Amino acid sequence: MNDVAVDIRHLTRRFGPIVAVRDLSLTIAKGEVFGLLGPNGSGKTTTIRMLCGLLAPSEGTAVVAGVDVRESPDLIKERIGYMSQRFGLYEDLTVAENMDFYGGIYGLKGAGRHGRVAEVVSFLGLERRLNQLAGTLSGGWKQRLALACALMHSPAVLFLDEPTAGVDPAARRGFWSTIKTLAAQGTTVIVTTHYMDEAGRCGRIALLSQGHLIALGTPDEVAKQVGGKDLEDAFIILQERDEQEQEA
Amino acid sequence: MKRFGPMFRKEFIQMRRDRLTLGIMVAVPIIQLLLFGFAIQTDVRHIPTVVLDESRTPTSRDAIAAFQNTGNFRIVAQVDGREALDAWIARGDAQAGIAIPHDFPRDLTRGTTATIQVIVDASDPLSSQAALAAAAGVAQVRNLEILAAAAHTSQLPLETRIRPRYNPGLRSPNYIVPGLVGVILTITLVLVTAMAIVRERERGTLEQLIVTPITKTELMLGKIAPYVGVGLVQMTTVLLLGRFVFDVPLTGNVLLLYAIAFIFIVASLALGLFVSTLVRTQQQAMQASFFFVLPNILLSGFMFPRQAMPAVFQWIGAFLPLTHFLKVLRGILLKGVGVTELWQEMAILALFATVLIGLSVRRFQKTLD
Repeated sequence: MNDVAVDIRHLTRRFGPIVAVRDLSLTIAKGEVFGLLGPNGSGKTTTIRMLCGLLAPSEGTAVVAGVDVRESPDLIKERIGYMSQRFGLYEDLTVAENMDFYGGIYGLKGAGRHGRVAEVVSFLGLERRLNQLAGTLSGGWKQRLALACALMHSPAVLFLDEPTAGVDPAARRGFWSTIKTLAAQGTTVIVTTHYMDEAGRCGRIALLSQGHLIALGTPDEVAKQVGGKDLEDAFIILQERDEQEQEA
Repeated sequence: MKRFGPMFRKEFIQMRRDRLTLGIMVAVPIIQLLLFGFAIQTDVRHIPTVVLDESRTPTSRDAIAAFQNTGNFRIVAQVDGREALDAWIARGDAQAGIAIPHDFPRDLTRGTTATIQVIVDASDPLSSQAALAAAAGVAQVRNLEILAAAAHTSQLPLETRIRPRYNPGLRSPNYIVPGLVGVILTITLVLVTAMAIVRERERGTLEQLIVTPITKTELMLGKIAPYVGVGLVQMTTVLLLGRFVFDVPLTGNVLLLYAIAFIFIVASLALGLFVSTLVRTQQQAMQASFFFVLPNILLSGFMFPRQAMPAVFQWIGAFLPLTHFLKVLRGILLKGVGVTELWQEMAILALFATVLIGLSVRRFQKTLD
């Protein structure tokens, strides 16, 4: 039980007549880097939002870091970190001020907060940017800062919604090595992505299409299940199948 | 409430860094006070007046001089005919006309009622009322003189002695400046907080904030708290200018005034916050705030007496925090009254603040659907 970070059971979410996520069930182990993969509108973001307690499920439930999303969505927020695809920090605050603010919001006080800020700063190499306004940072540095703020309270589960959109390849590689380090330290990382090479770096992935779980396993297993020679191939096969279904 | 501190600090840094908005919040009260304080005069004097004197006798010239001596009429022209007089008023070059007929001196000596016609341009209610009152006054004084002479006595049988309490000089600034304190606070504070939550929504920072354990109340209170300070600075500026530029008295207890102002400022900020939960964009927030400004100026008793309004509008006015704060401002600054007279206003303002913050917290959803 202690090894399960996220336990999703028959999770369903409807928006009016549209079913965004349909009867999704899967478990994610502690320390896993888990990828949610799928074309636009496949239900990735809706799933993440339900797991973060931002959106109530229509049916089913999920237990995240030991907390049921239906029962106490507010308690979940103390145990997870979240990084959205759009930069969500204050551009008119400096790097240090943003981190200090989120540290405070996550309930860290005084010396404990200073210590944690210093720790995260050195982990992500933000030392030389501390007094720079967040709005003047480049895409890669903004992404690091967003990650830093999401890590202030050492969350058990970290959600990354398309974290590397608009980030150059070198910064992306650095980012992924950071993710691997976090996972090795025991943090569960759940990431959505469009990039196939990124999906390949995940331990396991779930392939979603139109709210359904199509395939689940290591990247190689998923490719095989869909019937492609690699992940990219599998993804294209899936997209074409979707389009045919929509035409029919 | 452990996350109120960080929220407050963050808002304070952002406010300090936004020099333009901060500058506007300090400059606007000063400019508005100087503009309105000098411009708004409720007692109308020196009304441009055109004279048609058909009799051209010492008696008629005496009568005209009596009008002029009230200070309310300023003779701008003498004309020869009725058409010319009407034309002056129609063009707007004169707002009043005095016509003395041919028979005026004869009627006066014979003892039949002599008439002077006063024509006023009533399209401007304030100045026409002032002209009418002054004209009636002139006639009354002349009547008394003539009757007293006829009765060979200088003792008047009756006289009313008027004592204008709390504003003996009937000075407009004494009336306008305390009101302006409230109006300026309302406008700037409602506008600035109406932007508060939509700005975070538009910039995408709200999405990051709502996945944290911050509670709705911590978020709301942290957002408005720095502006309480801004409100108090604004009020101090306006009061000091009022005291030293416009000579407005400060009769009552300043501490009490600040205590009640604090409640009023929180109520105004809460109102802005509530607007912020109703709108989706900053532009809508701006429009909603402006929509709200006009009733505050017209229905609160700032410009027009509430007693003269139909009951419905008195009721609407009662739902504006400014209405109650105006009573407090005039009460403390001019009358020097205390808690005994003002506890109801205090209670109502505190109720406004509590209810509006409560409503805002209820309206605001920490979810994305």
